[in-house]
Amino acid sequence: MIGSFSAEILKLRKRPATWVLLGVALALTQLFGYLLPYSSWLTSDQNFQTQGLDPQSVLAGTLPGELVPTSLGGFPVFAGALALILGALATGSEYGWGTMQTALTQRPGRLAVYGGKLLALAASTLAIVLATFALNAAVAGVIATVESRPLDYPSLAELAQGIGSGWLILGMWCGLGALLGFAFRGIALPIGLGVVWVLGVENLVSAVADSLLTGLRPLRDLLPGVNAGSLVWSLAPGGGSSGEPPPGVIDAVTGGRAALALGVYVAAFAVAGAALVRRRDVV
Amino acid sequence: MGEQLVETDNLSKTYGAITAVDRVSLSVWRGEVYGFLGPNGAGKTTTLRMLAGLVRPSGGSARVLGDEPGSPPALARTGVLIEAPRFYPYLSGRDNLRVVARYAGVSDRKVEGALETVDLAGRGGDRYAGYSLGMKQRLGVAAALLKDPELLILDEPTNGLDPAGMRDMRALLRDLGERGHTVLLSSHLLGEVQQLCDRVGVISGGRLLAESTVDDLLGQAGLLVRAEPMEKAREILERLVGEGNAAVADGALRLRTGPEQAGRVSRALADAGVTLTELRPLERSLEEVFLEMTGTERTER
Repeated sequence: MIGSFSAEILKLRKRPATWVLLGVALALTQLFGYLLPYSSWLTSDQNFQTQGLDPQSVLAGTLPGELVPTSLGGFPVFAGALALILGALATGSEYGWGTMQTALTQRPGRLAVYGGKLLALAASTLAIVLATFALNAAVAGVIATVESRPLDYPSLAELAQGIGSGWLILGMWCGLGALLGFAFRGIALPIGLGVVWVLGVENLVSAVADSLLTGLRPLRDLLPGVNAGSLVWSLAPGGGSSGEPPPGVIDAVTGGRAALALGVYVAAFAVAGAALVRRRDVV
Repeated sequence: MGEQLVETDNLSKTYGAITAVDRVSLSVWRGEVYGFLGPNGAGKTTTLRMLAGLVRPSGGSARVLGDEPGSPPALARTGVLIEAPRFYPYLSGRDNLRVVARYAGVSDRKVEGALETVDLAGRGGDRYAGYSLGMKQRLGVAAALLKDPELLILDEPTNGLDPAGMRDMRALLRDLGERGHTVLLSSHLLGEVQQLCDRVGVISGGRLLAESTVDDLLGQAGLLVRAEPMEKAREILERLVGEGNAAVADGALRLRTGPEQAGRVSRALADAGVTLTELRPLERSLEEVFLEMTGTERTER
């Protein structure tokens, strides 16, 4: 499996789409986590993101102390969608280009090839999380310095919890994308369906369960995005010091239950993908 | 004959109501170049896919190098190129081979040698997406050779190559055979198969119609005779080779006898005062035999 992992890492590292997705993820985090709030603080103009919020709390959200909630704020929805695209690209392209045949006719067996791919995707999502935290930590440090605020970063335990939670969330969405890529043997349908689910269906079901059909809440609480949002909420109740939770961050289930649910999803997606890879003909 | 590297026993594959491969039993022996012939849709590629472990048989069984097709021990010793090369378009040819090398557990150092073998060393840094069809095909062969495999399964390896490329590929395959590699090769190019292969299997409609050496498949050679007067020559030669072994076609007499009888034929005709204008060996090409066999099969179906 080490050889498969190494081959997958080489493919992901050299693939332009991987870097585009990483760049978009970082850019979105910077835009919504730092640029818009900080520009609002600097200019005293309120934008859609800071409307009605205390300017001091808006600034606090950009300082090192809020590194974890600010970094994770976009994970349930935007970064999650990007991770799903990464997973779908990594698996679906193998069918589109016919390279699944190339991979499966070398030394490793099917499950070893599959395992190498999953490990490489896990490493890639961890890299995205670490890059996000690292960049955000640097930007927050610069803002704190400029604003003459203390460089009070979260403790290592809090950072580890945040990074682990982010990895779990992106790993879950990436796993779903990979499974869809295997299931549909392409990239267009998995990405289309996946993004509609992440950005549309989850929010719709949540909104309906919150207002019109409260009987749907037990069902809502099982959804992957809702659990991802709940996990982030558990680390920054009420949206952190900025006071307004980002899209997809909700108080639906406890953090422990959300983490467990996400772990179950990751395992289920991995097992379902393995069954597909192991059984199906490659033509 | 030695060790069997590929053995199938009533190997079958069905897709719904369609039988792509129908109880095929073939064997490939160590050190031979085996030609797998058949028209389009005959079941060649499906059979090769089953031997590479890409497609699971619906019935029967197969062993490749003594193991299950597609198992790591079998794959480790088998180089495969089926239908068309499949590589990552955004990677260079060299990086594509590095990916293959990592899957195969082969050192990256072998990549340069493989590129040189197929004359792509100078273009190894170019993106695969920009390769011509022939370059892609050569890269596919390089990937198949990367493991220095005991067995090569090549499906139409000369597809897309220009005449010089085809000549080089034939030389490469001949060299591989001489160096003791076992090659299972499918091809539409029957002249190529006739030149390269020790044995052939002919498949049509999913069924293996024949499996033998090329010589056996071509059958007994004959003699073509033109003489004046033809009727008198026919009478004399029928007495010589036996009735039913001489037939007139297209103004010539075709004798079902070996070329070693040419001297006797010439002498008999001269003794009888018949003027011999042409006498030469008559050999059927593999193409003629192939078309005869698969044409018959199609008619039956």
